[in-house]
Amino acid sequence: MSEPAARRAPGQPRRAAVQSMPADAALPADAQAPADGAADAQAPADAAASGTAPLLRAEGLTRHFKIGNALSRRTLHAVDDLTLAIGEHEIVALAGESGSGKSTVARLLAKLYKPTGGEIYFQGRPLSAVRGRRDVLRYRGDVPMVFQDPFASFNPVFRVSHGIMRCLKLHRPELSAHQRREEAERVFTAVGLTPAAEVLERFPHELSGGQRQRVGFAQALALRPKLILADEPVSMLDVSIRIGLLNLMADLRDTQGVSILYITHDIASARYVADRLIIMYAGHIAETGPSEEVLSRPRHPYTQLLLSAVPDPRAPLAVGAETDRGEPPKVIDPAPGCRFRWRCPLAIDECHRVTPPLRELLPEHSAACHVARADAETQAFR
Amino acid sequence: MSSAQSEDFPGSATGTVLEVRDLSVEYLLERGTVLAVDQVSFDLAAGEFIGIVGESGCGKSTLLFAIAQLLAPPAEVTDGSVIFKGRNMVGLTDKELTAVRWKDLSVVMQSAMNALNPVKSIGAQFADAMRAHGVASKAEIADRSAEVLRMVGIDPVHLKSYPHQLSGGMRQRSMIAMAMLFTPDLVIMDEPTSALDVVAQRSLMVQIKELQEELGFAIIFVTHDMSLVSHFSDRLMVMYGGVVAEFGATRRVFDTPLHPYSAGLLEAFPSIRGPRVPLTGIPGSPPNLASIPPGCRFAPRCPKVMARCEVEPPELYEVNGTLVRCFLHAGEERGHE
Repeated sequence: MSEPAARRAPGQPRRAAVQSMPADAALPADAQAPADGAADAQAPADAAASGTAPLLRAEGLTRHFKIGNALSRRTLHAVDDLTLAIGEHEIVALAGESGSGKSTVARLLAKLYKPTGGEIYFQGRPLSAVRGRRDVLRYRGDVPMVFQDPFASFNPVFRVSHGIMRCLKLHRPELSAHQRREEAERVFTAVGLTPAAEVLERFPHELSGGQRQRVGFAQALALRPKLILADEPVSMLDVSIRIGLLNLMADLRDTQGVSILYITHDIASARYVADRLIIMYAGHIAETGPSEEVLSRPRHPYTQLLLSAVPDPRAPLAVGAETDRGEPPKVIDPAPGCRFRWRCPLAIDECHRVTPPLRELLPEHSAACHVARADAETQAFR
Repeated sequence: MSSAQSEDFPGSATGTVLEVRDLSVEYLLERGTVLAVDQVSFDLAAGEFIGIVGESGCGKSTLLFAIAQLLAPPAEVTDGSVIFKGRNMVGLTDKELTAVRWKDLSVVMQSAMNALNPVKSIGAQFADAMRAHGVASKAEIADRSAEVLRMVGIDPVHLKSYPHQLSGGMRQRSMIAMAMLFTPDLVIMDEPTSALDVVAQRSLMVQIKELQEELGFAIIFVTHDMSLVSHFSDRLMVMYGGVVAEFGATRRVFDTPLHPYSAGLLEAFPSIRGPRVPLTGIPGSPPNLASIPPGCRFAPRCPKVMARCEVEPPELYEVNGTLVRCFLHAGEERGHE
């Protein structure tokens, strides 16, 4: 972690960080910590677009994994040079196929992995400066995670109150036992688990998948988070109850004021719930912008492919994506060039030589493609 | 590659491959019995594609397992018959079943990672299946294995690959290739695409449909995602709480769902096109099959519930060729029962 020291400069003013703390913040001392973030107030592009300073920002975020043995040392580029921003009260969807690096991004943001390069700023403060038990705990409370599999993420021998009470004890030690109980009931009610007092006393196996995933959100909410990292929170659930969880996420944004990073491969649900959309392909951002804008005017051929593959009983069967086998690329020691080129019907010479940078083609709407133009001329699929 | 049995069975080329009659499956547990599948009947024509949809716990997978005779205790077929190519599968011995499986009927499971043996190459697993059915010639095994892999669009070099070396989509496609080894008359698929992302899922569905058109086998395809089969299945069965809620031509079920549950399922997933409308899903949870309510099983969650629904179970009514289990259509019934 040597590079971040040099890259720390483009933070947001410290004042913004203090402002965004809730009035009744439990540990106000921590809000004054990001002193080094105030060095330079160069606002990133995404922040300028959304009008406010972002809550969380990642710049040039890179994560490589070493694979193979001593004889064949290779590097898997899970996330490469990724820049993103998440504003306050915003749901950002990170969409892509398996192996696109979207879960790695979540783990980097959750501070479960250390970045190979680049830096993450939370409320203007670089994450590499978040060290020590108290600091890290504080960050985990601000940015909790909700996991994919509600059947594996609870301890089956404890009542669901056990997990949430421990979270509260750890993250909000100022609460008395009685207050903890009240707080647990409050967040359970907020996520629609009523009667809260009764649901708290159930065991995980007594709850349906949808209810368990709500417990996951309640646990995150009990920490009074700023940003919830939700890694495929609905993909294990039945179609009929998914929508309830998506509505819950929108509700939490509106009433509890949290931001959510919604990681998914289901682009239709991303459209339903997200304000902004980031499409990832093989560790790079392929396209990003307001969700409705990106999906109504997709500029990157990969976004077009994704869209044409979504089953839609209300529309006639789309043709065009049939020839694509849906094979994700290998990102082991990749050569320069666009990583989508092998699947792209529009690939030109340049795509094989130069990695396309993310270019803003339309207002707030960027795509990383040499061929993509602002007008709708290039349609690879559909 | 038709088997000996198909020749004794009159009209197997164009007729009915499978007749399921009043099939009931119960889980016999210590705390009582759970009726997972209750009196399900349907016919499957040769080369037909039937989709079965419903929520977790609606009995759709249990029904599949009952058809393939893969149920293990405590589950048991307690009533009805499964006539496959003129033979009742219920009550066949393991030895008799072995002769039918793979050759005439094959099953593609949900998770290819769990269904494939991780310590054997794909080719070795194909060879196993073929040897078990009396193919001894190495050359024949190699030829056929390469042929089926090519059919699903995988380079035959992958016969030497182990499952972990393949992507999720390739694993699932090699499972389908394995199911094709003997060109069966019926392929049963239990959510084969649920572990894949949209592009791979779409590609697999198109491939399944192409193979079906080419080889003419019938398909029973179970999924919880109704939209997935919308463009591929001929008929669609919506199951709820162990019974058939609606069964009819796929297009008709999608365009004019008769049962409030089918309508709810259709409304439950967001669309990628058109206006962005708030959706509600289906509130509540599926019925507990250990204590089935006296009336309609969907009544507690139904937006159109009537007094009658809570006391009396509805029958299957036929409305314009679609079967529907709902009192709303009791007056319109034509020709059935």
